[in-house]
Amino acid sequence: MLELYQVRKHFGGLRAVDDVSFTVDAGCIKGVIGPNGAGKSTLFNLIACNIPLSSGTIRFDNREIQRLKPYQTAELGFARTFQNIKLFADMSVLECVMVGAHSKGRAGFLAGMLPLPQHRREEAAIRRKSMECLEFLGIADLAESPAEALAFGQQRAVELARALAAEPRLLLLDEPAAGLNIYETAELGRLIKTIREQGVTVLLVEHDMSLVMDICDEIVVLSSGRKLAEDIPSRIQHNAEVIAIYLGEDYEPAR
Amino acid sequence: MSPELFFQYLVAGITYGAVYAVVAIGFNIIYNSTGIINFAQGEFVMLGGMIAITFAQWLPLFWAISAAVAITMLIGALMELCCIRWLRNPGILQMLIITIGVSILLREAALHIWGEGIRSLPYFYGDAITAWTFGPVRLSPQVIWVLLACGCIVLALQAFFNRSALGREMRACAVNRTAASLCGIKTHNMVTLSFVLSAGMGAMAGCMISPITYTQYDSGASLALKGFTAAIIGGLGNSMAAVAAGLLLGILEAFSITVVPLAFQDAVAVTLLLLILFIKPHGLFGSSEAARLKAF
Amino acid sequence: MLGQIRTRLGAVVASVVLLQLLTTFTGTEYYLTQLTMSAYYGLLVIGLCALMGYAGQISIGHAGFFAIGGYLSALLTTYNLTPHAENSAIALLNQAGLLFTWENLYGESLLTFTPWAAALAALVCAALVALLVGIPVLKLRGHYLAMATLGFGTIIYRMALALPILGEADGIADVPGFILIPASLFGGEALMISGEGDFRIFNYYVAWAVVLAGLVLLMNLMTRSRSGRALRALHSSEEAAEACGVNTSRAKLQVFVLSAVYAALAGVLLTHFKGGIGPEEATVMKSVRYVALVAVGGMTSLWGTLFMGVGLSFLSLRGVFGSYDDAVFGLILLAVMLFAPGGLSQLNSHIPWRRLLPYRRA
Repeated sequence: MLELYQVRKHFGGLRAVDDVSFTVDAGCIKGVIGPNGAGKSTLFNLIACNIPLSSGTIRFDNREIQRLKPYQTAELGFARTFQNIKLFADMSVLECVMVGAHSKGRAGFLAGMLPLPQHRREEAAIRRKSMECLEFLGIADLAESPAEALAFGQQRAVELARALAAEPRLLLLDEPAAGLNIYETAELGRLIKTIREQGVTVLLVEHDMSLVMDICDEIVVLSSGRKLAEDIPSRIQHNAEVIAIYLGEDYEPAR
Repeated sequence: MSPELFFQYLVAGITYGAVYAVVAIGFNIIYNSTGIINFAQGEFVMLGGMIAITFAQWLPLFWAISAAVAITMLIGALMELCCIRWLRNPGILQMLIITIGVSILLREAALHIWGEGIRSLPYFYGDAITAWTFGPVRLSPQVIWVLLACGCIVLALQAFFNRSALGREMRACAVNRTAASLCGIKTHNMVTLSFVLSAGMGAMAGCMISPITYTQYDSGASLALKGFTAAIIGGLGNSMAAVAAGLLLGILEAFSITVVPLAFQDAVAVTLLLLILFIKPHGLFGSSEAARLKAF
Repeated sequence: MLGQIRTRLGAVVASVVLLQLLTTFTGTEYYLTQLTMSAYYGLLVIGLCALMGYAGQISIGHAGFFAIGGYLSALLTTYNLTPHAENSAIALLNQAGLLFTWENLYGESLLTFTPWAAALAALVCAALVALLVGIPVLKLRGHYLAMATLGFGTIIYRMALALPILGEADGIADVPGFILIPASLFGGEALMISGEGDFRIFNYYVAWAVVLAGLVLLMNLMTRSRSGRALRALHSSEEAAEACGVNTSRAKLQVFVLSAVYAALAGVLLTHFKGGIGPEEATVMKSVRYVALVAVGGMTSLWGTLFMGVGLSFLSLRGVFGSYDDAVFGLILLAVMLFAPGGLSQLNSHIPWRRLLPYRRA
């Protein structure tokens, strides 16, 4: 579904992402891990078309996407969350989630000024869909609260609801477990699995090993901008190179 | 076009361009320290001229200008202390509007103090018709003054930012405020200093150019616009490029008189501004990669 | 929420009617003239409010759009085409019903564009100019729009002052009334937008009808439409809005053009009402004043902006601020931004009991 081929990103002399290739198959949960400064966030932003590539290609359904604007990828079926939560100020939770469904709507600017029946039906459908997403995440009771005033964990949930409201085909999660405690993280893991069962492909960039090992079908390990390994979790756990970069050269894995 | 006319336009362009360059650097200094465009920049130029004209009635020219620069610096400091410093995490829109508000108040104050009349400082040497002739070029001594003063300002700033500890601290703030404050730099004071510096530079330019262009209470807006255009052409935040851009803009404008009626001279700058924003928004000399990282 | 809008709308309509009755009974109907003019300024500032408060973009050139509307409709309805009547293009326009003949104050017979045609041309022209200014600028992040619109406003002002065809410092006077309901329709007299005493009350209601219609349209857009949500979203995070599929530069351009059209419409109608327009309407200071009105009305509040816009414009038109008119607006702008950036209505939001109230939306 998503293919990265020899993706490179240089900032001046710094090779933040260097020659990374991998594919994400439809219906799979793929994790990208790596120590601090490995280039995870840069890679994520490249896939989300937030920053331009230095070289290489990114394909989605065999179509090159690296030159698209972020909003165009959203139209293709991408949805993402942000590491440092970006909810919309001065909006209720429900409205925030309704923005997520933006690419599902058709009504234009002028139609928005005149409440035509067709436009009102579309609004009602978007509202219904957004409520469903909130219910799915168990925060339907917060629908009318101001989004900014929520607790951190709840804001994360709203971000996820906003992403799901777009009915995405590929869900990009940027460190979704950052700032969550172990119970919340476990809950998040269950949620992501449920989302996958609904047919959404998931790519997550994560620092938290427990989450990644628990839910991912495949894992890519980055180190200093290069791909170090790509495998199923159980084998990554025993990969000597991976252990070396995470725990130091001398670490003896427990048998 | 005869060579005489050509050089006359060229000299006029360079003279105006030098002033635009100084205003543009003023924009850049404040932009670097706060991330906002200071709309009152043009008013500093106007105030410098007006205050010097007032003091010149009683004081020798040199002291009048010094006093004008000092007072305008004080006004710049006050502006920062009263309107910017104590805001808790202000938005860019909010700070921008505040500088617009300050510029209006300064302009209105000038209107009520000095009236609508057009004033000017006396020529520093000779008078309006004094001219030195170099081959086909006729130079008013005032032009030399403007160029000398603007050149000195630019060089002094360059030395200040590169050589002095204070200048280095200001540059550190411009690159990363949080990191600078963690290193023990009082970032707030650096912001104040940036307002003081741009106010002083603006006032200086205002005094130099006053005998040639005259000073009126509302002459600031158009200068601010030209200075901003120069700053954008050079790439926001890049002071040396702004000098080149300012001169370029001045010369373009001077020669545009042959094509465009005088009343629409401002249109030249605005058209250029829109063109640059359309084609190369990060300036002729700027890199898009670096500009992407900036907030404004 | 819909109920709240209806209640407020009802309250505004009621107070508009009450004001009219009050002035009629107290014999102070001359106040209605300034109230009508203030209403048109109100139309301009709510358009600017959509741009500034909701989409977070600032324009210091709205007086320019106002002037485009006013000057263009004034020019087209006063420029005498009689000498060119034989020209085939003019004859064609005449046959299409776009031209009409009328007599000016001096009894001179003029062949000019009809106010309807002129108004349409003015609005289209303002929209095109907004596109021209907006396309290069709104692609960028940040507030380049502020300087670009300042520059645009300066050019318009210079043009108004320098072009002989626009009357230079005197502006254009003797603009005909804008006939809304022709005499043939109901028998009686034709009803028009014009400064003549007979039409004072009619004009007062026309102005308020236009403003409230404009307000309702913006309300629909901002509070219950996909595009309005997108605008408010990009105000707080362009990156997140893009990730949700919002084409941010397009959305910003759309709202910029919309607010320019509002300003131009205000210019067209006010020019017909006053019977003329001068360069003082195009100054940068006017643009700053509109920004101040939006700021004091509370950025994201169309109601507050309308209220403050009409109220302060009325006071200014009555000459309450004397020679400190511009200074007052500068001071208002500065004070609001320093002490109550959310607008006057939010001044008391730090009082604890307000937190107990349920969350309110725009």
